[in-house]
Amino acid sequence: MNRPEVTVDVQRETHLWLAQRLSAMVLAFCIIVHLVTIVGAVQGGLSAAEIVDRVAGSGVWFAFYALFVTAIVVHAPIGLRAILSEMTKLSRAWVDLLCFIAATFIAVLGFRVVWGFYTMGGTA
Amino acid sequence: MSRERLTVAVWRGAEKGRYQKYEVPRQESQTVLDVITYIQRHIDPSLSYRFACRVGVCGSCAMTVNGSPRWTCRTHVDKVIDDTGQLDVAPLRNFEVIKDLSVDMTDFFDKWAKAKGQFQGSESRHDDFSAVSPDSPQRKVASAGIECIGCGVCYSACDVVAWNKDYLGPAALNRAWTLMNDERDVAGIDRLKAVAGAGGCQACHSQQGCVERCVKHLNPTGAIAGLKRATAIAALKGQLK
Repeated sequence: MNRPEVTVDVQRETHLWLAQRLSAMVLAFCIIVHLVTIVGAVQGGLSAAEIVDRVAGSGVWFAFYALFVTAIVVHAPIGLRAILSEMTKLSRAWVDLLCFIAATFIAVLGFRVVWGFYTMGGTA
Repeated sequence: MSRERLTVAVWRGAEKGRYQKYEVPRQESQTVLDVITYIQRHIDPSLSYRFACRVGVCGSCAMTVNGSPRWTCRTHVDKVIDDTGQLDVAPLRNFEVIKDLSVDMTDFFDKWAKAKGQFQGSESRHDDFSAVSPDSPQRKVASAGIECIGCGVCYSACDVVAWNKDYLGPAALNRAWTLMNDERDVAGIDRLKAVAGAGGCQACHSQQGCVERCVKHLNPTGAIAGLKRATAIAALKGQLK
C-alpha cells in the first residue's frame, strides 16, 4: 500500500534534519557531562540531599540541564518522526501530530524537573 | 574444483514462484552467467534472464546470487559457492519480477530522472569547449562516482529502498552528486530540491550496503553524504523554498 503523493516541503524537511544533527552534537557534550557527574556523584554513596545540595539554586546547573532538555526535545521527536514514517503506514499529518505530542510531553516533564530542582532547598 | 557437475537452484516464476534445480557441467573460470546461459540453451529454453555485453560494461545481468546482488558476468562460480557446492540464483531484490530472473527496472530509472540525473548545460554547439581541469577538486569528486553502469545492484542491496518506496536510491543520488560537481552543469539548486526531503538523501541511513556491493567499487554513501552537506547549506540559505 503506497501513501498518496504529497508535496514535501524540502526546505522544512532539511531544516528538521539539520536540527536533529545539531541537537545530536549538543547531546554528545551534555551526555558526557551527565555521565561524568553521575560517576562523581555516586562515589561514597548517593543521597537526595547531595543532589539537591549540588543543583538547587545553581544557575550553572540550571542552564546546563535546560540546554540538555532542549536538545532532547528537538532531537528525539524528529528521530521518532523518521522511524514512524519509515516503519508505519500512518499519514504524514498523523506522524507530525504524534511527534508534536511527544515533544510537548518531553518538554513539560523535563523542564518541570529542571525547574523543580533549581527552586528546591536553601539558597534559591 | 573437484566436482564435475554443479547443482544450481534457479528462481522460476514472478513474485510467486519457486526454485528449480538444474545440473550443469562444471568448467574452469565459469561465471554465474555462463551457468544460466547453459541452462537456457541446453536444458530449458523457457528460462528468462537479461544480459548483453558479458564483460561487465552494460550493467544488465545483475541477479541475486546466494543471497547477495551481483553482476553475474563477472562473478566466478568458484568465488560464490561454499563447501556444500550450493548455488542459488534469484532475481534482484527491490525490483518487481517480470519472469524468472528478469526484473522491471522502470522505477529504478524513473528515480534517476526524478533526482534530475540529466546533465543540464548552458552552452550550445556554437560555444567553445569548456576547459575542465582534471586536477580540480570538483572534477575529482565527479570522477569518483562517474563509472556507474546502472546495474541496480546497489538499489537491490539497500534496506531503505526496501521499506521506503519514495526513496530515490543510491544510484540516482550518486548520479545527482556527480552532476552537482560538474562545473558545466547549471541545474544546481533545482537538483538539490529534487534530492532533499522524505525520499531524498536525508533518508539514507549510511548503512553502506551499496558501498559493500557496488560492482565498480564506487561509494554512493559518500556521494549521498555530499548531497546531505549541500542540501543543508542550501536550506540554511533558504534556497530550497
